[in-house]
Amino acid sequence: MSQINPATLADARPALDSAVSVRNVSKNYGDVQALKNLSLEFPRGELTSLLGPSGCGKTTLLKIIAGLLPQSAGQIEVDGKTVTGPGPDRAFVFQDFALLPWANVLRNVAFGLELRGVAKSEREAIAEKYIREVGLAGFEKKFPHQLSGGMRQRVGLARALSVDAQVLLLDEPFSAVDEQTRRKFQEDLLALVANEKKTFIFVTHSIEEAVYVSDQIAILLPRPSRVSEIIRPTSFRGKGVDNIRRDPEYLDIVDEIWASLRSYVE
Amino acid sequence: MMLFGRKLPAMSSLLVWAALWEVVGRMDLTFFVPPISAVFVTLFGLIQTTPFQNALGTTAYAFFLGVGFAIVIGIPVGILMGKTRFLDELLLPWVNIFISAPLTALVPVLMVLFGFGTKTIVITTTLFAIWIIILNARAGVMQINRSMVEMGRSFGASPLDAFFKIYLWAALPEILGGVRIGIIRAVKGVIIGQLLVSIVGFGALFELYSSNFLMKEFWAVLIVLFGLAFTISEFLGYLERKVSFYASAR
Amino acid sequence: MQNRSLFLKLLSAAIVFGAWEIAGRIPISYAFPTFLESMTALAQMTFDGTIFVAYAETLKPLVLGIAISGIVGVAMGLWIGLSARFEWLFAPIFVVMQAAPLAALIPILVMVYGIGLTSKVFVVCIMAMPVIVLNTAGAVRNTPASIKDMAKSFLASDRDVLTKIIIPAASPIIFSGLRLGVSAGFIGAILSELKITPTGVGDIISYSRSIADYPSMYAAIFSIILLAVVFLNLLELLENTLFEGNNRGYVSD
Repeated sequence: MSQINPATLADARPALDSAVSVRNVSKNYGDVQALKNLSLEFPRGELTSLLGPSGCGKTTLLKIIAGLLPQSAGQIEVDGKTVTGPGPDRAFVFQDFALLPWANVLRNVAFGLELRGVAKSEREAIAEKYIREVGLAGFEKKFPHQLSGGMRQRVGLARALSVDAQVLLLDEPFSAVDEQTRRKFQEDLLALVANEKKTFIFVTHSIEEAVYVSDQIAILLPRPSRVSEIIRPTSFRGKGVDNIRRDPEYLDIVDEIWASLRSYVE
Repeated sequence: MMLFGRKLPAMSSLLVWAALWEVVGRMDLTFFVPPISAVFVTLFGLIQTTPFQNALGTTAYAFFLGVGFAIVIGIPVGILMGKTRFLDELLLPWVNIFISAPLTALVPVLMVLFGFGTKTIVITTTLFAIWIIILNARAGVMQINRSMVEMGRSFGASPLDAFFKIYLWAALPEILGGVRIGIIRAVKGVIIGQLLVSIVGFGALFELYSSNFLMKEFWAVLIVLFGLAFTISEFLGYLERKVSFYASAR
Repeated sequence: MQNRSLFLKLLSAAIVFGAWEIAGRIPISYAFPTFLESMTALAQMTFDGTIFVAYAETLKPLVLGIAISGIVGVAMGLWIGLSARFEWLFAPIFVVMQAAPLAALIPILVMVYGIGLTSKVFVVCIMAMPVIVLNTAGAVRNTPASIKDMAKSFLASDRDVLTKIIIPAASPIIFSGLRLGVSAGFIGAILSELKITPTGVGDIISYSRSIADYPSMYAAIFSIILLAVVFLNLLELLENTLFEGNNRGYVSD
C-alpha cells in the first residue's frame, strides 16, 4: 500500500516515522471555531496535501504548524520537538509569494539565510545554486515586478529550499499562476520531493492537483473543521509523470473526493 | 489602545492633553498658556458676542462661496479633461503646477487686484480647493470602464445625456474624494486669506486679540476654528465611507 | 507622440502667457503688468543678484524647518505606527493638525518667539510635520502582512522585521510624505515672510507692492512658484526612480 522511502525506513525511529505530528489542535477566533480537536501525522520524506473547501481551516492549520499562529489548544511536534514559534526546521512558501519588492532575485532567495546571519558570499553561493535548481539562472539581478507570477513563485520556492529546512510548508503556492505554469510546477514538485528527501505539507483547493502530487491526502471538512479522510494513492507513483492523469486509480480518487466534497460547496 | 480590557475611543487621548494643558496653565508657567478651563469659559461668553458672530458669518460666507465655485467649475472641467484628450493635454500641466504651487504667494496679487475684502478671500478659497477637485474628477472619468461608455453610445445617448447620466455617476466616488480634500484645503485657504488681508473676519479678530495680548480670547477662537475644521473633515470622511460601497460595486 | 505632447505643452504655455500679455496691455487693472514687463523685471533681478540674496534668506527657515520636521516627523511616525499605545496618545494631535487651519497659530508664535528666524522655522514645522507623521505611521501600519509573516517564518528578530521589512516597505510612502511636507513647508515659509516680517522674497513682494512696482512684484511671485514647482517635480522624479517597482510586486497578477 503505502510506499515508504527506504532511506527513511533506516532512520532513527522506524515505528512511527512522522516528521510532523499534530495532536488535538484547536483554534478559536473569538467565538468562531476554526479548528476543532484535529490530529494528523505527516510521514517523513513524503508530500501530504491538505485538501478541502474554502473555510475548512487548511491555511490556518499550516500557519499553526509554521508557528505563525498560536493554537488555542493541543500541540504540534516537529521531529519530536514541540513547536512554540517559527523554527529553522520549517520553511514556508506563500500563496502571494511574499517577495521583497525592493530586493532582486538573489537577495530575495538569500533572505532566509541573511536573517540567520550567514555571511554574504556564502549565502549568495547557496542562493545561486537554488536559483539554478528552480530554473531561474540568469534572472539573479531582476526585481520581482520584472518577473511573471510563475517565476515569482519559483523565487519563493528557492528561498524556502535555500535554508535547508526539513519540512517545507506550501500554502496554495500555485493558485496565483496560470494553468500551464501550474502543470509544470506540479511536475517539478514531484521531482523535488523525490530528490530533496524533505517532508512537504501542501495546501491546495484543487482536487486534481492534490491527487497528482501527493503521497497522502488529508481531506478537511468545515464546520466544525476536522479531518474526514486520509487517502494514500498507491499504484500510479513511479509510472512516470506523463501517465498519472490517465491512470484509473487517479481518476477514481478524483471522483471519490469530489463526491465527498460536493455537498460542502455553496 | 486597551485599558482594563476595554477599547478606548480613538480621539479620547485629547482629554489627556487637555488635562495637561490645564495643569500647565494652572502652574502659571507662561503668560501665553492660560488654563483650558478659563479658555472654555471665555469661549462660551465669546460666541455670544456680535464681533465673533460677524467674523464667523463672513468666514462662512466666503468659505461656502469659494467652495461652491471650486465645485461648480472644478467638476465639469475635470470631467471634460478626462473625456477629451486634447483638452487634457492642454490643461493638465497647469493643474499640476497649481496643485503643488505655494498659492499663498498669489494672495498679494489678489489683494492689489480685488481689494482688501471678501472678494479676495473667496478667490483664495477657490484657488486652494479647485485643483484637487479637477484632478480627482479627471481621474474618476479616466477609470470608467470603456464598455460603460460604449453602452451609452450604443443606446443612443446624446453627449449631454452621457455627461449627466454616465460620466458624473460613474466617476462619483473619485469626485467626492476630491471634493473632500478640496474642502479641507479650502478651510486652510480661507484662514490664510483672512490672515493676510487681516481686516476681515477671523483675521481681524486675531489681529485685535494678539495686539492686545488677549490670550484667552485668542485660544478660544483657535479652539472653535480647529474644532470646526476637524468636524468638517471627519463628517466628509464619514460621507465618503458611506458611498465607498459604490466604488467597489462598479 | 512625444512631439505632440511637447507641442501641446508649448501651445498651452503660449496661450496662458499670451492671455497674460494681452490682459496686461488692455490693461484690465492698473496693478496688472504685462507678461513681458514681469519677465524683464525678473531678468533684471536675476542679473543684479537681488533674487539670489532674497532666496538665500527665504530658504533658510524652509531648509531648517523641513530638516527638523523630517527627522522628528519620521521618528514620531515610526513610533506611532509601531505602538498602539503611542498611537492612541499622539495620533489625534496630528489628525487634528492635518485638518486644522494651522496658519491661525502664527500670531501666537510671533508673540512667543518674536519676529525672528525661530518663529518662521516653527511655522514651516507645524505646516510640514502632520503629513510627514501621518504618512509614515500609515505606511508602517500597512506593511503587507504576508512579508512580515515571511520574515518571521524565516526567524527574523523584531529588529530585523523593522529594519529589513517595515522601513524598506514604508519608504516610498515616507518619501512622498516628505515631499508633501516640503510642499506645505513652502506655503509656511512664504506665509511667514508675508505675515511675520518681510524678508527674502516676501520682502521683494511687499516692498514692490508698496512702491507700486508691480512688474517686480509679479516677477518675485512667479519665481517662487516656479522654484517650488520645479523642486517638487524633481523630488517626484527622484521618488519614481528610487522606488521604481516598489509598489508593484505584491499583487499576484
